[in-house]
Amino acid sequence: MIEGISIYEILTLSSIVFFIGVYGFFTRENLITVLMSIELILNASAINFVIINTYLYPDFLQGAVFSIFIIAMAAAETALAIAIIINLYKLVASVEVKDTERLKY
Amino acid sequence: MDFSYTILIPLIPLALFVILGLFSKKIPASISGWMGSIGLGVTFVLSYYAAYQYYLNGKLNGVYQPFIYKYNWLNFTDKLHIDMGVLIDPISVMMLVVVSTISFMVNLYSIGYMKGDDGFTRFFAYLALFSFSMFGLVLSTNLFQIYIFWELVGASSFLLIGYYYTKPSAVSAAKKAFIVTRFADFGFLVGILIIGYYTGTWDFQELNNPEGSVITNWAATSFMGLSVITWALILIFMGGAGKSAMLPFHIWLPDAMEGPTPVSALIHAATMVVAGVYLVARLFPMYYFVEDGFALQVVAYVGAISSLFAAIIALTQNDIKRVLAFSTMSQIGYMMLALGVSGYHGHDGLGFMASMFHLFTHAMFKGLLFLAAGSVIHAIHSNYLQDMGGLRKYLPITHITFLIAALSISGVPLFAGFFSKDEILAAAYENNMLIYISSVFVAGLTAFYMFRLYFGIFWGKEKEYEHTPHESPMSMTIPMMFLAFMSIAGGYIHFSKYISPDHMPFEAHLNYYLAAIASTVGLIGIVLAFIFYKKENNLSERFSHAFGVFYKWTYNKFYFDEIYLFVTKKIIFGLVATPAAWFDKNVVDASMIGIGNVTESFSEKIKGMQSGKFQDYAMGFISGGVVIAIVVFYLWIN
Repeated sequence: MIEGISIYEILTLSSIVFFIGVYGFFTRENLITVLMSIELILNASAINFVIINTYLYPDFLQGAVFSIFIIAMAAAETALAIAIIINLYKLVASVEVKDTERLKY
Repeated sequence: MDFSYTILIPLIPLALFVILGLFSKKIPASISGWMGSIGLGVTFVLSYYAAYQYYLNGKLNGVYQPFIYKYNWLNFTDKLHIDMGVLIDPISVMMLVVVSTISFMVNLYSIGYMKGDDGFTRFFAYLALFSFSMFGLVLSTNLFQIYIFWELVGASSFLLIGYYYTKPSAVSAAKKAFIVTRFADFGFLVGILIIGYYTGTWDFQELNNPEGSVITNWAATSFMGLSVITWALILIFMGGAGKSAMLPFHIWLPDAMEGPTPVSALIHAATMVVAGVYLVARLFPMYYFVEDGFALQVVAYVGAISSLFAAIIALTQNDIKRVLAFSTMSQIGYMMLALGVSGYHGHDGLGFMASMFHLFTHAMFKGLLFLAAGSVIHAIHSNYLQDMGGLRKYLPITHITFLIAALSISGVPLFAGFFSKDEILAAAYENNMLIYISSVFVAGLTAFYMFRLYFGIFWGKEKEYEHTPHESPMSMTIPMMFLAFMSIAGGYIHFSKYISPDHMPFEAHLNYYLAAIASTVGLIGIVLAFIFYKKENNLSERFSHAFGVFYKWTYNKFYFDEIYLFVTKKIIFGLVATPAAWFDKNVVDASMIGIGNVTESFSEKIKGMQSGKFQDYAMGFISGGVVIAIVVFYLWIN
């Protein structure tokens, strides 16, 4: 239990973060900001894990451990994505989404 | 007695074919020719040994016994099966001798004739393939085995006619020969299937047994007024007529002369073209007993008409190989008619014996005529009679051997052809007067056109030659001399002691009365040819003018080729093939193309979905997920 803050407020926060991430993922032109949006989505789910664990099973730590895993995975995924973006930049001299359309029909 | 070694006779040429064919690039020409000749030489010795052993000791109680070595190859039903094996009986042994002699001689001859040719080794490989197939055909124990080898000789004939494959005329001749014989073989196959269906056996021993169930039950099933077995025999004879160039399937034989001359000697004079005669002889008891020999009557008349027809055409042709081709057709017609007029028991089997006798002597002298013609062509590089004349000085050996062969085929007494032709005429005289008269007339025509060739080539005015013609090398003249010897000595073999329909020897005597008529007619032919062609004169032109239209018809071979062209081009291609092609193109193909077009235009419409932007794909994914979530939620709350 966190003093003065109910679960609804925290879930509202995580939902807002999630949808900001989704919105950014769909609308950003720059691949780096798209990547940042993905981080937001992951963070929203990490918050959910922690808060639901705290409210439902206060004596256990699985949710917190899971959020650690999510952070590690996010770091690895970011490294990979940055590597891809750098190679893409070498190839087309741009990190804009509109320049990555070569695999269309 | 053991004849199992005869299996080697076909297997040696097969091995030769495989070796020469696989390594044709590696084996030098100097070796391959001798390899072929030595291999065929071994089969030659084996065949003569087999003949010696069989004719001397093959009798049991005065009847020649068949020796059969076979193994079961394919089983259709309990009764009906295809065997592969070797059948040794009087006619197969006689054919072994003929085929091995001519094969061996032609192989030797080809070493000289084909010298310097690019495909030298390939040529010998094909010759070996042909010899293998022909030996297999001769030794077959059942109808299906004979059919397999029958097609194999057809295929090797195709390969050898088209040997000069860069020459369009040779290619089309090969194609023509293959298609025409293949068409006739279709009848053969149907005949075989009818026999298999109605009698349940293909084995020659069972089919040919005069007391056996096949012959005694011929009337069991009938179709359109004739027994089905008779129909089958007529269809089988259709296959034989195709291979043996009988009317109306003869059109391929003159064109087949596009092949190298040794091939013409081996395949289109001596061995393959008599396969049809051999086939009828092989099934002779069936032909004779079923429906009182109705099918045999067909054989007789087809043979008689073909022999007359071909002899008339041969009078007017100018290509020496084509004259010989028509002469071959005419002589094979003789053999067919001799089979056709033959009886079965004892002395009645004279026609059968005469046919085989003539097959033997004809192989020798016609093979020789072709080899001699090849020698002439080799010397002056032309096939046409107009380009020849006065060659006797330059080609003495060719001249003498050609003369011997020409005398033999003309039926001049003391030469081999005289004896065999006399037996045929005697058989015809005893059975069918009409056929006899036509045969005697053909004998006169034969003598005339052969001596027309002889005088045209070796006498008459000398023509301008590019270089002085010279006699062929030893490898070519020795086979010619051997065959010349056989063209005389072959006639003194007493065939009736060895070959008869019922395998029992009988005594055949020369009928002096008939022999005198035949040889007089032959001599008249020779004398006429002497008057016409010995010296340059215009008698022949005057005669051809006198005959007018008839001459023109004959010169154009009675327009048979044109009739076939009309039937195939106008009727089959024009009335059947063109509408079928239209249907195929505008209905079958068009519907398939239509399906393709519809799919393509539809995909053109929707391909924008694949925009290449990952955000679009993610949008699709998320929207799908949302829809599924809503549905699940909706179902859950209900």
